[in-house]
Amino acid sequence: MALPATRPTAAVPAGAALSADQLLEIYYYLRLTRTLEERLVALYRQTKVIGGLFRSLGQEGESVASAYALERGRNQDILSPLIRNLGSLLVMGAQPIEILRQYMAKAGSPTHGRELNVHFNDLEQGYLGQISHLGDMIPVMAGIALSFKLRGEPRVGLVYIGDGGTSTGTFHEGLNLAAVQRLPLVVMGEYNHWAYSTPPEKQFAVKDLAEKAKGYGIPAVTVDGNDVFAVYEATRFAVERARRGKGVHFIEVKTYRRKGHAEHDDQHYVPKDVLELWSKSNDPVDRFTQRVLAADMVAEADLKDIDDRVRVEVDQATDACVNEPLPEGETALPGVYVDPPSADTLWFKSL
Amino acid sequence: MAAAAEVTFLEALRQGLWEEMERDDRVFILGEDVGLYGGAFKVTEGFTKRFGESRVIDTPISEAAIVGAAAGAAHMGLRPVAEMQFIDFISCAYDMLTNYVATARYRAGLSTPMVVRGPCGGYVRGGPFHSQNPEAAFLHTPGLKIVYPATARDAKGLIKSSIRDEDPVLYLEHKWLYRRIKEQLPEGEEILTPIGQARMAREGKHLSIISYGATLWKSLEAADKLEKEDGVSVEVLDLRTLLPLDDAAIVATVKKTNKVLIVHEDTRTGGIAGEIAARINEQAFEWLDGPIMRVTAHDVPLPYAPTLEDFVLPQTDDIVKAARWLAKY
Repeated sequence: MALPATRPTAAVPAGAALSADQLLEIYYYLRLTRTLEERLVALYRQTKVIGGLFRSLGQEGESVASAYALERGRNQDILSPLIRNLGSLLVMGAQPIEILRQYMAKAGSPTHGRELNVHFNDLEQGYLGQISHLGDMIPVMAGIALSFKLRGEPRVGLVYIGDGGTSTGTFHEGLNLAAVQRLPLVVMGEYNHWAYSTPPEKQFAVKDLAEKAKGYGIPAVTVDGNDVFAVYEATRFAVERARRGKGVHFIEVKTYRRKGHAEHDDQHYVPKDVLELWSKSNDPVDRFTQRVLAADMVAEADLKDIDDRVRVEVDQATDACVNEPLPEGETALPGVYVDPPSADTLWFKSL
Repeated sequence: MAAAAEVTFLEALRQGLWEEMERDDRVFILGEDVGLYGGAFKVTEGFTKRFGESRVIDTPISEAAIVGAAAGAAHMGLRPVAEMQFIDFISCAYDMLTNYVATARYRAGLSTPMVVRGPCGGYVRGGPFHSQNPEAAFLHTPGLKIVYPATARDAKGLIKSSIRDEDPVLYLEHKWLYRRIKEQLPEGEEILTPIGQARMAREGKHLSIISYGATLWKSLEAADKLEKEDGVSVEVLDLRTLLPLDDAAIVATVKKTNKVLIVHEDTRTGGIAGEIAARINEQAFEWLDGPIMRVTAHDVPLPYAPTLEDFVLPQTDDIVKAARWLAKY
């Protein structure tokens, strides 16, 4: 079985314009994403995670690198992550303890136990959580980019969509509207080869997702999604282009989902040798590490320090929240509207 | 005393939109053909000239994207008013409205102050796809509000209140009322109809009709006829807001007349009349002197031919006959 093609088409300057500190910061987020997910697996097996657990193994590189290309801080750029973009969420400032609380449905989670996993937001910090209906975040992020345009703010929106998600109507409607309005929006098309159990050839008849974007007059590029540098460079280019008022840009990242749709899914439909190839020779964290060490961009001891630091942070975050309570049932009622402030308790509850 | 000008329902709606755009530069309009063309029914005629293309945005034919983009802009503090060219096409945005917009505050603390408005309703020979009343499809969606004005005053007052509301509002405007209904509205008066409050359209003693929209006027016509021909005194309650329903006003009229006829233009099964009847049953069962009855459209898609449409939709005579039957019960 041949390795499914990742066909880098973007010319990427070696090393990119990243300082040693920035490279270490990127490494920190890569390692944090992976370690945090490994911790979540342990918690899932202890039945502490209430719902499903969704891994981004193999996709950490493109999530972290794309988010890292944005302007971060209060009221800067805004992105909308999908379930396999935990890395991007962490880059934008979401805290590991928030992710842990979300998965465990804790009262103190960002959504107070109302929503799952990475479905939460901090718009000032620059992230807007998804809903489960794939494609819907494209029009919504177009609206956010529209607000930047109407107010003349030099800000950019970035939104992720999977290969399967590009089959939805809202993806096409949103992309087209954004193109017509020349909105400052970057769309990351993640070709990870699996939409649950459905392979790309049953999802669409084009070869590359980039072809879909071109159909709307949107410049599109296909890059090696497991090359952190390539994704960072392509995103940086698209983001700055959008910031200058040149409109939407589409970046297709070729990558591979190395776990099942969720933890319950044994991915029996994925050929074992393909998985092994991606794992052994095309892991984004390994590739990043090898490259920065080979080029002497950072010291190995610094990476080791980050590994230790991440382990401690994830341990501390877990210890701090694992025994926290779930929300009280009655707290389900307030907050549907501003007015009225709460839904009514139904009559049979007081019998 | 300010001078009063006679305005149509449509002109009142237009005035409300215009005033809010003058008052608050966060308000903007997006939809199909709303710009220079001024909208299919000319509700936004002249808006581009006054407010510019950035505040009156012509969009592709993409209802889901219109509503989704409105939501994103609303999160960022703008106040979008999205037009559905005909409200029938709101079904194309059903996912976006019910899954994304309606849940946003509850699930994620997101503020989404936006209005989705558009022409609804039949009696105009529009056929199955230009005549719909979609309120029941959204009634069971916590997080949305639904308003449905019947008078010019409320057309203006409810669009202004909807734009100022902190949560998403569906504003349904009956196209049969657009140019048929006229009313004196004092110039310079700030009209803000509160969302969630019904209006007593006609006081009566023997029987209550609960209605809204176009059938509110047919109910009033029926009430006059019953008064004249039968000596039956009919009360008519105009709901104005369908979500949240004004339970207090509904229960008050039941307790006063003890007989209730619910009239709506939407089809019968799963229509809002069923919900109202359930609430009366729960809150005022002992006050009833007869069954709660419904006059609604028949359970078919709305046909085009005048003879067919007239048969399917509730007419004034249908309401008169039904009320007569109930009055004698």
